[in-house]
Amino acid sequence: MFKIAKREQFSPVTYLWKLEAPDIAKAAQPGNFVIVRHGDGGERVPLTIADFDRQAGTITLVIQAVGKTTTSLMDLKEGEYLDDLAGPLGHARHFDKVKKVVCVGGGLGVAPTYPQLRQYKQNGAYTISIMGFRSKDLMFWIDRFKAESDELIIATDDGSFGVKGLVTGPLQEVLDKHQDVDEVLAIGPAIMMRACVAVTKPRNIKTIVSLNPIMVDGTGMCGGCRVTVGGKMAFACVDGPEFDGLQVDFDELMARAKRFDSSERESMRLFRERCHLPRQSS
Amino acid sequence: MEASTKPKKTIKTIAKSKTAMPEQDPAVRAHNWSEVTLGYTEDQALAEAARCIQCKKPGCIAGCPVAINIPGFIQAIESRDFRKAYDIVAADNVLPAICGRVCPQETQCEALCIVGNKLEPVGIGRLERFVGDLALKNGWSLATSIKRNGHKAAMIGSGPASITCAVDLARAGVEVTIYEALHTAGGVLKYGIPEFRLPKKLIDRELEALQRLGVKIVTNAIIGRLYTIPQLMQEMGYETAFIGVGAGYPNLMGIPGEGFNGIFSANEYLTRVNLMRAYQHPQTDTPTGMGKKVAVIGAGNTAMDACRVSIRMGAENVYCVYRRTKKESPARAEEVHHAEEEGVKFNWLTTPVRILADERGWVRAMECIRMELGEPDESGRARPVPVPGSEFLFEVDTIVYAIGTSANPILAQTTPGLKLNQRGYIDVSPETQMTSIPGVFAGGDIVTGGATVILAMGAGRKAAHAMLQYMGIEAAAQPAHQAK
Ligand SMILES: Cc1cc2nc3c(=O)[nH]c(=O)nc-3n(C[C@H](O)[C@H](O)[C@H](O)COP(=O)(O)OP(=O)(O)OC[C@H]3O[C@@H](n4cnc5c(N)ncnc54)[C@H](O)[C@@H]3O)c2cc1C
Ligand code: SF4
Ligand code: FES
Repeated sequence: MFKIAKREQFSPVTYLWKLEAPDIAKAAQPGNFVIVRHGDGGERVPLTIADFDRQAGTITLVIQAVGKTTTSLMDLKEGEYLDDLAGPLGHARHFDKVKKVVCVGGGLGVAPTYPQLRQYKQNGAYTISIMGFRSKDLMFWIDRFKAESDELIIATDDGSFGVKGLVTGPLQEVLDKHQDVDEVLAIGPAIMMRACVAVTKPRNIKTIVSLNPIMVDGTGMCGGCRVTVGGKMAFACVDGPEFDGLQVDFDELMARAKRFDSSERESMRLFRERCHLPRQSS
Repeated sequence: MEASTKPKKTIKTIAKSKTAMPEQDPAVRAHNWSEVTLGYTEDQALAEAARCIQCKKPGCIAGCPVAINIPGFIQAIESRDFRKAYDIVAADNVLPAICGRVCPQETQCEALCIVGNKLEPVGIGRLERFVGDLALKNGWSLATSIKRNGHKAAMIGSGPASITCAVDLARAGVEVTIYEALHTAGGVLKYGIPEFRLPKKLIDRELEALQRLGVKIVTNAIIGRLYTIPQLMQEMGYETAFIGVGAGYPNLMGIPGEGFNGIFSANEYLTRVNLMRAYQHPQTDTPTGMGKKVAVIGAGNTAMDACRVSIRMGAENVYCVYRRTKKESPARAEEVHHAEEEGVKFNWLTTPVRILADERGWVRAMECIRMELGEPDESGRARPVPVPGSEFLFEVDTIVYAIGTSANPILAQTTPGLKLNQRGYIDVSPETQMTSIPGVFAGGDIVTGGATVILAMGAGRKAAHAMLQYMGIEAAAQPAHQAK
């Protein structure tokens, strides 16, 4: 059982948990993820660690309600307990000597870039961040990103704040302006990471992406998280989750993400029927 | 021994075949998850026990990896002293209800049973299960009063190897903590072997008994990630550790098309169904994402489980595809037989070479090739050789690979100095199960590669002795366990 020490709602679909998990916090490194599971019959969901505090013994997760589980977990209140939390999982990042880095985060990938950005900064890199949101009222952590970035660019899909449009526009501009960028980190939906790679590949800039395939155990036991990188099969949970973006087969990744779509829709429908609709109508 | 008034049993006087095991009808059980075999009644057990001729030089014991005193426990059944029968079995096997169900008796004890030379061998496994089930029902256990001695040991993984090791250590007074990566303990017994073959509540009862012995179970603890082995040994105060993490890293074949949708490792498929209870989806959250025409590649126990799970999940056609023949199939004979009864179709001497998908990336067929048997290979089994030009298209929408597992790399990557063998499994001293790191022992599938429950248990027990010696609790020659 893991206590939700703090909870914040960033938007109707985005929320933050600070969980009491001293041992995980102690072992956590930027790039790691955890597996969350709750309730009888609950599924195991991988979530990237968005922050950790070794002194306080907490880890922070920023969760987007996209499916049945992440939606129903939204009902857990501050002070309540999560049943299962396993981690930290995946390889920790090796931070090579990087002088200038661009960190790109989009949607559910915004929060997970934060611990990495902070690490780059601590290692003395010049940091440029590009964070993408759907609109102004879905934005969060701007102060935190500002504090760790030499340059911060915000993009919103609807133009309600910062640059209008996708993160790839600003990425292109930044790379035009700074010819000496030696690394790009891109975390977000597969489609966004693929688009970022399309920008960096012609320029041959090292691009690190954090993949989020569907997982079961997160320990290498099921192989469900397999991805093709450089023509070879890898298990994202043990060999990743971070990979050389220039080598990743994004089309396969995106097709595999649809493996359980129909069941997921059915779960969501049942869930809405059972809990949410009655509650809304009362 | 007192002289019996009954006429001496001989091979001529006993029943020719095993007392039949009561079973659910195949047509019924193909649609439910309840146990297939129902277990002997007392009368049936007595009848079967009567078939044991109490050999002076029994063959059975040598066939049992943990050398249970088989004629001894069978005699106790015959004289209706069931508690004694249990004590005899439990002295060597802490999980009789489980082993009675899943051991490949036909290649172990029953293969060497003297009666088996002429007639059907004695149903040793069925009798073992009878005794194990009675013990669970009546709450029998070997627990003696335990005196804690202040020593501490960690088990990594909670499969049968670790469970057995933990029992022996706890009985000797050691404070034992089991660290399990998943949210539930039990290893393959929980996530791999399905409910209809090994009910989960049996394992839960065994785990409860373990906790009554004072063993602590910590779930969600991935050693190598949350804590490392050096940390356990140096910071967390464990004098010894036992690695029983199994060989749960699934193999694929490496043929084109394995990234398509609809292809699973048996581990993923069975974990979704057994551990995550996908058979109750959408009441539970985890789906299987399977289709209606399922091909399971391989013919071991895992393959049979995947086939029979598919039948119960409502697949219309389930094919077992194996590159050798039924004779070479490594599964328990009973599992193959049950699978046949339940409607699984067997495609022997066949192997896929390529997987084809529709335009959305879902499996639509496999290209297969026929095989023929050639010279024996290293495993002693005939080597399958492809028949040139025999390729054909096999239309399926779901493929489950049950072609074995390898060693998970997490522990090796995070434990400096841990020596592996060429196959990637952990290297141990055969006498003590100790690894290249002093105080760190290992056993079960992570040492042997995918094997059996009973071999994992045997390794756990052997390691426990050596660990007790290592901690100075037990002198080298003395046996660790006292029955009763
Ligand atoms: C589907 C299937 C059917 C089978 N049927 C039979 C049968 O009928 N008869 C038979 O005798 N054998 C059968 N087997 C084989 C048998 O289950 C195994 O040989 C046996 O379970 C091995 O035991 P173990 O203790 O070595 O490991 P496992 O049972 O594999 O348990 C290992 C445990 O360690 C955990 N773990 C892994 N890594 C870590 C880590 N880093 N930190 C913490 N925990 C970790 C795993 O999550 C797992 O729970 C079957 C296997 C499968 C997969
Ligand atoms: S070999 Fe068979 S008949 Fe002989 S003691 Fe063992 S079980 Fe009984
Ligand atoms: S999630 Fe199961 S192997 Fe990666």
